[in-house]
Amino acid sequence: MARRFNVGYYCSEGVHSIFTHGFMSFAAVCMIVACLLIMGSFSLVAVNLDNMLGDLEAQNEFLAYIDETYTEEQAQALQPQIEAIPNVAEVTYVSRDQALEDFKAGREGNELLDDLDGSVLRDRYRIHVDDIEQLKQTVDQVAAISGIADTNAAYEIAQGFVTVRNIAAGVAVVLVTILAVVSLFIIANTIKLAFFYRREEIAIMKMCGATNAFIRWPFVVQGMILGLAGAIVAFFLQWGVYELVSKTVIQSDGLSLVTILPFPSLILNILPVFCGAGLLIGVVGSVLAIRKFLQV
Amino acid sequence: MIRFIDVYKEYDNGTKALKGVNMRIDDGEFVFLVGPSGSGKSTIIKLITGEIALTQGKIMVNGYSMSNISPKQVPLMRRTLGIIFQDFRLIEKKTVYENLSFAMRAIGASNRDLKRRIPYVLQLVGLEQKADRYPGQLSGGEQQRVAIARALVNNPNMIIADEPTGNLDPKRSLEIMMLLERINELGTTVLVVTHEKNLVNRFGKRVVAIEDGRIINDETGGYYNGEKI
Repeated sequence: MARRFNVGYYCSEGVHSIFTHGFMSFAAVCMIVACLLIMGSFSLVAVNLDNMLGDLEAQNEFLAYIDETYTEEQAQALQPQIEAIPNVAEVTYVSRDQALEDFKAGREGNELLDDLDGSVLRDRYRIHVDDIEQLKQTVDQVAAISGIADTNAAYEIAQGFVTVRNIAAGVAVVLVTILAVVSLFIIANTIKLAFFYRREEIAIMKMCGATNAFIRWPFVVQGMILGLAGAIVAFFLQWGVYELVSKTVIQSDGLSLVTILPFPSLILNILPVFCGAGLLIGVVGSVLAIRKFLQV
Repeated sequence: MIRFIDVYKEYDNGTKALKGVNMRIDDGEFVFLVGPSGSGKSTIIKLITGEIALTQGKIMVNGYSMSNISPKQVPLMRRTLGIIFQDFRLIEKKTVYENLSFAMRAIGASNRDLKRRIPYVLQLVGLEQKADRYPGQLSGGEQQRVAIARALVNNPNMIIADEPTGNLDPKRSLEIMMLLERINELGTTVLVVTHEKNLVNRFGKRVVAIEDGRIINDETGGYYNGEKI
């Protein structure tokens, strides 16, 4: 007559218990939301920086600016020297007028750029390299050629992005750890309260021969529901915050230097992570809370 | 069946509650366990139900050896017992029917099992008309009958009643005892812990008397003089 697993019973008991202790449940959900929001925000910053870093790396090129005193003929005469350097794959000469046109392309309608004249820029070579790992050596060799006034390699920007990304990830790990501990504590206390409220029922259940698993499951379900509710609320809040921030960044970034990934393209990554983290906090919190009460 | 073989129990605080108890209760028996407060009656009940562990000796409860029972087996062992307390221990916010269904669900019974078993048990204890009442709406005697119904609902081999009439007047006490006698006649072993000598003597059943952690008398049709109470 005994059935091993009564899902309907566990769920109805778990849900009932959430509403019996509404305030504690609310507090637990809020903590999970805060935890996931912070984790999500820092992760999204890191993901976007990573994306921009990828763009830079994909270009695999750097610019070598030519001394302004050089004539166009003198400047073009430098090309064989540059081509002779190992790791240089392709060298393209770009005159200052061409460079301005390139910069304006894609930024039409930007009034700031209308009055610019090619003379504000330098002639330059766009140099593609074979191996991005050796970028720095190649840039140094090109810079040593007389007539090259300056170089502009993305590795410096890339390094900056890496640093910012690593800091964001580090701060996220620390904050998430602290918040996860606090969330666990609050979930565990919510479950303990529910357990304490039902201690007489549980004593009777044990006297009747209920197994520990049978007693434990409704509380685990309660923890799971709280965790999942927190995850879903956090997900939609994260969406809103992301859209708001990305709109603000795009508006203030007149030169379109920053690219921001659209949120919908990230949903498949974010939603499972949020739900997984919420469930994990809920289950671990509830199991921790009732472990010591279930000893025979 | 219950067997106690040379059982000693010493609590952590040094109290020696049982000092070499030997006892055997066979299936189908009706046994009164009597003795003054502090004599070791409650310790015997707690050892049988697995609430506490024994210090020395051997205890068998319906085929389970309590000296080396695993935590996973304890719930299964308890399903062979139905336990009744002096203070009824009903869930106040559940109806009579719900109190019984709660006990059945605790061991994973299906809705079909509930619908089949609960009306039968309620009728056995004479409460079929009060299934929808809450414990607070019932008299003490009726509440204890609900507790008996709950103990019976999972069809145990044995009923253990710990001072079942302690909170009841003599008339209700007699009714409860007669109900337990009837349950025994239907085949369930019954162990009643009490110190109400009038009741014990009236029924003329087997009486095991315990005092200071030792069994001092074990006699069918025994008489309990209630000294030292």
